[in-house]
Amino acid sequence: MKKITEDLLREISEWNGEFKGAYNIREDGACVGRISSKNIKIESKKDKPGLEIYVAPGTVGETVSIPACVTHGDVDDLVYNDFFIGENADVIVVAGCGIHTETGEPARHNGIHRFFLAKNSKVKYLEKHIGTGHGTGLRSIDPVTEAELEEGSILEMDTAQIGGVDRTLRSTKAKVGKGARLLIRERILTEKEQTAQTEFEVELNGKDSGVDLISRSVARDNSRQGYHSVIIGNAPCTGHSECDAIISENGKVDAAPELHAHDNDAALIHEAAIGKIAGEQILKLRTLGLTEEEAEATIIDGFLS
Amino acid sequence: MFSLNRMKERIIRCIIKEKDDESVLKLENISWDTPAGTEVLKNLDLEIPEGKLIVITGPNGGGKTTLAKIIAGIYTQKSGRILLNGEDISALDITQRAAKGISFAFQQPVRFKGITVRKLIELASGSTMKEHELCDILSKVGLCAREYINREVDSTLSGGEIKRIEIASVLARHTDISLFDEPEAGIDLWSFSNLINVFQDMRKDLKGTLVIISHQERILEIADEIIVVADGSIKARGTADEMMKILMNSNGISGVCSKQEELLK
Repeated sequence: MKKITEDLLREISEWNGEFKGAYNIREDGACVGRISSKNIKIESKKDKPGLEIYVAPGTVGETVSIPACVTHGDVDDLVYNDFFIGENADVIVVAGCGIHTETGEPARHNGIHRFFLAKNSKVKYLEKHIGTGHGTGLRSIDPVTEAELEEGSILEMDTAQIGGVDRTLRSTKAKVGKGARLLIRERILTEKEQTAQTEFEVELNGKDSGVDLISRSVARDNSRQGYHSVIIGNAPCTGHSECDAIISENGKVDAAPELHAHDNDAALIHEAAIGKIAGEQILKLRTLGLTEEEAEATIIDGFLS
Repeated sequence: MFSLNRMKERIIRCIIKEKDDESVLKLENISWDTPAGTEVLKNLDLEIPEGKLIVITGPNGGGKTTLAKIIAGIYTQKSGRILLNGEDISALDITQRAAKGISFAFQQPVRFKGITVRKLIELASGSTMKEHELCDILSKVGLCAREYINREVDSTLSGGEIKRIEIASVLARHTDISLFDEPEAGIDLWSFSNLINVFQDMRKDLKGTLVIISHQERILEIADEIIVVADGSIKARGTADEMMKILMNSNGISGVCSKQEELLK
């Protein structure tokens, strides 16, 4: 494993020389380390690049890490990873991506993750993306997440991309079954000339299904972000989405939430707020002794924490 | 030798006395207009003695909040000088005045998404804090640290809760001067009653100088001195006993505001 990969792993996962539990480390499109556990099996896909991860029914408290790193330019990595989560399992999936280029050549990672959650299973899915290196080559990360939640299951997705990635197109789709819940927390920071587009499509198909989608973003310098969410309530369900964005300098944010209530007992809410940092927030922190720049940095750090 | 020592003692006593008599804050000839040009403070002079609890009261629109914001540097005076411990701070900005020892509790505390109570108190104190240290600060405003330190200072806090956290953020700074702009505003009766206890406790264990802008009788009662600001200048000042008699004679405290200009002409 390369030194750059080790540095990226520290940033995107809880790697400190080793992983706890099952793992697979992907470096420039190839596997450089894999361990399955008794309850979590990691296998290579037969027909295309990627993994099949099987979590045995009833597995509780285990973690599976599948970080992917791109360490130089001129790499276009495409990977398909499928997660099959057994009934009543309760596990953590860590799937970060780090991308590094020191040259003028572009580097891209496109991870397509599909989750199949069986009855009453629970997954906490942590996904952290970063871009590093001084090269002018574009760093792109285009993650696709598709999830099917069976009765009573819970998928909690916590995703963060805090700077360094030039182009991002994120797509998240989910079908939520009876009594199942999808919780998404997304944080994106763009700066310089970066762009990020995030798309959500959630179908609430089962009785008492629910989604809570919270997106916080900061667009600085000349960067631009787009947010588009579609929540479709096909059954008695609850849906809530919230898009909060801070813009500074010439940053731009486009937000387009859509709610579709296709059942008489669908209760859907959307909240959105876009604007500069409130002047009074900066004033308050300055009265505590922070400079204006320190106050801004503190407010943004907190907002994206 | 003996007489020399006595002389030294006298000199030291004189120095201490002189320091005691010194005001911690002195405003000279301060004026301020709104951006639209309306005159709010008119050649105002004010001295705030060290180590006292001062309550500033007076009618709405009389210039109380403006005065406090001028002291904290949130507004910049049109003319005049501000001295803190004898040093001219007129040209310093908010951050620099905060560093010199001025704290300000906002009438409407600001909320922050993602910033926890712990983080805010640590920012105020200037260093990371252990749970028992946070507990010391938060217990002074009647909050249990364990319940609050990991909560965000956002809209999930009630008006009373955020008001107390605002006060705690000022207490955590241990500055020479702490300004509180209408701490009673915007909170429910139950929280208000607890808030009075907070200030009464602070009064018992006073460190530095507290300046509270308030209309509330129960806050006025615990003052060392009450200063009445109306129509952009100081109309009267005196001990709580003296001032309460005058103010109460004008149909109670709520009547103070409407009648005071007439009374103090």
